[in-house]
Parts: sequence; structure tokens; C-alpha cells
Amino acid sequence: MKERKDDYLVRREHLKKLSDSELRAYFLELSEKIVDPLLELSYKNTTKSIERSVLLRMGFSSIDAKAIVDILNENNLLKKGAGHSVYILSKNKSMSLEKAGKLIQNGDEIEYLLEYFKSHE
Amino acid sequence: MNKLKPNEKLDVHKILEGLENYHPKRRGWVWRDIAPQTIGEFTYQQASPSLKNFVPLPSARNIGNIDPQPDAVITTEIASGRFEDDIRRMRMAAYHGADHIMVIRTAGQSHFDGLLEGTPQGIGGIPVTRKQLRAQRRALDIIEEEVGRPINYHSYVSGVAGPEIAVLFTEEGVSGAHQDPQYNILYRNINAIRSIVDAAESKMIMAYAEMAQIDGAHNANATARDAWKVMPELLVQHIINSKFSEKIGIKKGNICLSTVPPAASPTPDLKLNLPYAVALREFLSDYKMRAQMNTKYMDSSTREATVTHVLNLLVSRLTSADIQSTITPDEGRNVPWHIYNIEALDTAKQAMIGMDDLLSMVNLNNDGYLHDKKREIQERSILMMEEIIEMGGYFKAVEAGMFVDSGEYPERNSDGISRDINGGVGANTVIERDDDYLAPVTAHYGYNNVEQYNEEYIDNPSKLIDGCTFENPEMIKFIDELDDTDNVYLRMEKTEKYRTGKILKPEVEWLGDGTVVVDLFFPTSERIAEAAAIETGKKMNLINIEVIHKEILHPSEGTRIQIKGTFDFDIEVDKLVLPEIIKSYSEDEVIDFIKKNPIRVVAGTAGNDEHSVGIREVLDIKHGGVEKYGIKYEYLGTSVPIEKFVDAAIETNSSVIMMSTIISHDDTHYKNMKKLHNYAVEKGVRDKLILIAGGTQVTPEIARKSNMDQGFGRGTKGIHITSFIIDKMREMKNQ
Repeated sequence: MKERKDDYLVRREHLKKLSDSELRAYFLELSEKIVDPLLELSYKNTTKSIERSVLLRMGFSSIDAKAIVDILNENNLLKKGAGHSVYILSKNKSMSLEKAGKLIQNGDEIEYLLEYFKSHE
Repeated sequence: MNKLKPNEKLDVHKILEGLENYHPKRRGWVWRDIAPQTIGEFTYQQASPSLKNFVPLPSARNIGNIDPQPDAVITTEIASGRFEDDIRRMRMAAYHGADHIMVIRTAGQSHFDGLLEGTPQGIGGIPVTRKQLRAQRRALDIIEEEVGRPINYHSYVSGVAGPEIAVLFTEEGVSGAHQDPQYNILYRNINAIRSIVDAAESKMIMAYAEMAQIDGAHNANATARDAWKVMPELLVQHIINSKFSEKIGIKKGNICLSTVPPAASPTPDLKLNLPYAVALREFLSDYKMRAQMNTKYMDSSTREATVTHVLNLLVSRLTSADIQSTITPDEGRNVPWHIYNIEALDTAKQAMIGMDDLLSMVNLNNDGYLHDKKREIQERSILMMEEIIEMGGYFKAVEAGMFVDSGEYPERNSDGISRDINGGVGANTVIERDDDYLAPVTAHYGYNNVEQYNEEYIDNPSKLIDGCTFENPEMIKFIDELDDTDNVYLRMEKTEKYRTGKILKPEVEWLGDGTVVVDLFFPTSERIAEAAAIETGKKMNLINIEVIHKEILHPSEGTRIQIKGTFDFDIEVDKLVLPEIIKSYSEDEVIDFIKKNPIRVVAGTAGNDEHSVGIREVLDIKHGGVEKYGIKYEYLGTSVPIEKFVDAAIETNSSVIMMSTIISHDDTHYKNMKKLHNYAVEKGVRDKLILIAGGTQVTPEIARKSNMDQGFGRGTKGIHITSFIIDKMREMKNQ
């Protein structure tokens, strides 16, 4: 930011009249204005780390979770959810989550997943 | 391994055994059970129950060995690079009152894209891994039983793998964590958007696990040029993270502000820190305060750091602290050592108990300087938030370099930390979720289209897969070791001989490290003293000698130097000559003997010694002194001439002289003993008298060598002395 002298006394004019409790209420109100867009951004998006954290919760080791997320990311499938791909493969092909994860990791079922998601759009 | 006894060492091998099947016994943060406590004749208002096993403050020795515990959870940070050695330190810390053990991560872990596994050695911290966490949590699960109070275990949910770490922490029973995306953005240059999106998921997971969350705002005053000028910004950073967390679902009672008094003496410490502490606690009263100690103005003097920290504790007591964290006084010069964790814990415990209920006696002024300054800080923080919103929100403000500017807002010095929204580690890695996005797990934040598969599971997405690891811990995959050349087994193999109990080596952080400190004074200038100190270390056979502290006492008259070095020799326990154990009879036995054989004693402090606390303790009935067992005594007072002891014994027909001699300067204590003996001989009464010397620097061996019948040092009770007198009288009779 550009250099600026301390102009607190000028800037504070509108705050001067607020009581201590009004001042606090205003502080909290402003904080909501700052964080609400951050919540919205987070609501709509995901990341590799989030997707790996989902796979950990589904019972994958950190090593497998990383490999699965990497290959799904290369195939532009993270937007569907990494857990989603594992889930749908396990459900549709009646296999364990672990087995489904292994197949994805090996690149064996990527075509199937791309096909599946395309047909369900 | 389930129970620990105070006289048994914790076996780290057993902690590591069967770790793959171990699951922590509970999740979540535990506060102390706060309630007034009456202990002996004292009542403490800001207090919590005493421990089952503990080491009290040193002077508790004279106050019935009580160990009152304050109300706040007390933190210590332990991370030497070897988690196996840290486990031993955790146990020591718990005995000294720590119930929040924080583990610092190894340098660079926050930039590692994923989880680390195994047990490699760390630098400036430890690699936080599942195995390390599980081992330490398992040890703490045992230690908390031993001390009788839950212990909170804590590390960091930050970096580019935050959500995975949050899952790992939930699975492994970690009770609290630092989580603040602003820390990633400002100090780790991790992309801002990535940090925020990851943080939301991490916070959601932490909310589920009921972890306490600590923010990272205190880093601003550690980074800023003049720490006290960032006070308005600190309020802004605190509320951004707290509000964000609250809206995601962390309960207010688990959102903790990491607040450090920004300034330190020689600034007018309280005039700067107190208004800030009040401003913060007033504006953010919905949340908990984690009061941390100042690190910004720490140098190599452990004394100076301790005074700064006690002033910080005064601020905590004048305002509030839900968690009182401690900084080891050696942090200004090295990664903390065992002894300094314990010193810092004792400092916090001693000061907080000492300042118990302070605010029932003093009030903070609601007008004048304190109010005006507090209000000014609050207004400045509001003005900063107004400008952030005006600029277009948080990311714009980060790009513009709004944060950590050295000017006190609204002054700007154009030196803030600026981060490009498309830059930093993990830039452009955020992916928008599609309409059919799904994550079939518990505690997932944000859009999740569960209803496409089952509408009933909207609130419990993990039901789609019959539960995830949060409900079914047996699903967790444990990885043992990934590196054959860097792991706990190899490290322990190298130091195994020190675990046998047969071989010892001095230690500051790692078993067998051999590090010692030598505190020296040279009557010369700093430069020469430093060189002389290193030479002294060499002549003491130390290796790897380093100066760790110097203080000028006078530019030419003298310099204090502390060196550290490695003492590379093993001490064989079997060859040690151990000090004798002082015998004592049962109280009844002693009382019975003295009833039948009345004993008179003359007592006092010798020569020019005015230290009378010790002698009163072993004489008076009130402290369990010899009087309690029926011995009659004549107290001659302090600074008693040596001759007077003998003359008084003859005059009062006493058979015992108890001489207290604390001063050890110039061997005064030995000289007094010899003088007493010689005068008794001269008077022809030596064989009729029992001569006893006592004092902090007295050992039985030294006393006997100096012609006393016996000597007593620290920790002596009346029963020990009485028991000795009885034995000696029996022996004299037989002769």
C-alpha cells in the first residue's frame, strides 16, 4: 500500500459518537461482510487436498489417496469428487471401495468413469 | 502397557509395540474442571483440582508440598526433532502441570503436498505423521491416567495439506490445532484462494472432532518491525479467522484466539499491552483466549525472558486466559531443552497461583488512559476493516499489502506483505464442484449432492458407504515406515545402552546427547572473555563448544559467558558412590524412646549466618521438628558465636548441639564445624556431646569429615534428626 500518514483522527469522525457496545456490534457486522464471500467461495470449490481427505475418510492410505487424486485430476474428474468416482465404481461394479480405488489408481477404470459421468450430466 | 508408576521409566519400545492396532480413547478438547479449591489452610479461587502425581514448586517443600493448579489449561511446546525423546519430556511436563502438549512441525512440512509417513528425524520440530501421532497420543493416554487429568494433544492444521491433516488428527485423537488460513497466506506464501478453500474443509472436520482451534494472528507481532504497532490489525486477523470458523460450525467455546502481549520491557510493557488485551477481550468476548508469551523480544538471557513472561502472566491475570501457553526461556537461543520446558511451566503455575483472585482486589479503570487507548485500538481496527471492504474484500486487501505493514493503521509504510492472488504455492489449483459433485463422508464442507443417490442420507453422507473412518476407526490404514535409513528404530538402536539404566550421560533434549552448559564469569572484557570461555570448555574436555549467552557486567571489569558443549563420556551407574539414605524410625518408636530418655538440645545458626528458616523447620513442633517427638530445645537465635553453642550446652545440661550453617562461601560451613568440634574438645565435653550440623550445602559425608557426628542437608525433617540422635545415644551408652 502507498505510504500514508496517520490520519486516524480524521477517519474516526463517524465512529466517535458510537457507544462502546455499538462499536463492538459494528465491528462484528463488518467481519461478516469480509468472511461471507470466503464461505461462498469455499462452498463451491474443492482442492486436491480436500479430495485426498475424503479418500482418507473412505479408508485409503495417504499413498493410495494421493495416487487416486492425481490420476482423477489429470482426467479432469475432481470436479465430480474423488470419493464419488470410487463410490460409483464400487457400487456399479459390486466391488469393495478398496478394489475400486486400486483400479482407478492403475488407470483401468478411467474410461468407464468418464463415460459414466458424461451420460449422467 | 497400561499403568505407569512414578518410580518406573516409560518404556518407549512398548509404546511402539502393536501401534498398528491402537486407537485413542477419546476425541476432542478438554477444559479444566474450574472451581475454588481449599488446600491446607489456603483457598484458591481461580483454580482446578490437584493432580494425583506431580512435582510441586521448589518452595512447596516448606509449605506442605502442596501443588495447587490454576484454572487455565497450561501449554508447553515439545518438538526436539525426535518424537521418541519428546515422549519422556511430555511425562515430565505433565508432572509440572502441563495439560496441553503442542507439537511443532519440522521445517518445510507446510509445503509438503500430502501426508508424511513413518518417523524421520525433524529439524526445528518433528515430521508430524500418523505413526508419530499415534505413539505420542498413546503415551499421553497413559500419562494422563498417571497424573489424573486429561491431557490435550495439539499440532498444526496448515500448509497445502490442511484437510488431510485435519482428518488424520481426528482419527488419531489430536485434541487441538492451529488453523488459520491467514498464516498460510502471509507467512508461508501458500496461495490465498487455495488456503481459504482448504481451511473451510479443515475447520468443518475440526468442528466435528470438537478440537479447540487456535488462530495464527500472533505471528503478525512476531513479524512486524514494531510489534505494538500491529495491534489494530491483530484484532482484524483474529475476527476474520474466528468469524469464518464460527460460520462453518466450530462452536464458539472451542475457537481460541492466539494472543500475545506484543511489547516487552524495556518498553512500558503494561501501558502498551494492557489496553490491547482489554480491547481484544472486549471485542472478541464470544471466544476463548489462548494467552501466549512474547517471543519477539527474546534474547539469549533466560532470566530476561522469564521476567517478560511473568509480566505477560500479569496481563493474563488482569484480563483473562482460558489457555495459558508458555514459551521456554531458552527459545531465544536454541530449540527448547527439557529443563526449560519445565521452567516455563513452573513460571506459569507459580505466577498464576501467586496472582490468584487478583481482580477481587484491584480494578481496571474504566476511564482515563486505559479506556481511551483501548477504544483507539478498537476504532483503528474498524477503520482497517472498512478499508478492506472498500478495496473489494479480503483477497484484494492481501494483494495490496494491507497486512503486517509496520505503520499503525491507518498509517501505512508501504512495507506490508503482499500476495498475488494467482501466486504462491498451490496457485490455480482450486476446482469448481459440478452439480453432481459428491463426497460420501462425514464432516465435509460445502456443496455435496448426496440426494442423487439417497435423499435420506443428506445429513449423513457417509451412510452411502456404511460409515467412514470417523465412525469406523478399524477402516484407518496405518503405514509403519517408508524410509529404511531414517526411522525411530535406527535412532533408538544407537542410544539403546542409555535405556538399560546402567549407563548415563548428561542430556538436554535427546537421550545420550551429552550436552552440558557451563556458566562462567571472567574479570575482563567481552571479546577476551568469549575466547577464554571456549578455552575453558576445551580444558574441561568438552567438544562442539559454543557460546550461547554473554552479558556484560562491566565493559572492563567483567563478563558473564555461558557455553554449551558435548561431554562425551559415559557414566556407569554401578560404579557410582551414592549418597547414603538417611534412616528414620516410626513416630511412635521415637516418641516412646524420648519419653524414657529425655533429651535436651541447643540450637542456632552459626557465626554470621542469619538464615533461620531451615533450623526452625527442624526444631518447631509446627513444622514437624524435633520438638514434636518430645525433645526440649533451647534456641540460641541467629549468628551465634561458635563458642556459645558449647557453653550453652554445658550450662543447660544438653546432650546435643544442632548448628545450622547455610553460608558456604569460602567453605565457611566446614570451618564452623571444625571450630565447633575443637572448642568442645578444648572444653573437655566432646565425648559427651552429639554435634550435628545442617544446611542446604551440608552433606553427611562433609559433616563427618569435619568432625561432626552427623550432617543433614536439604529435605531433612525432624524425624531424621531425632532418629539419628537416638541411634547415637544408644551407641554412646554401649560404649
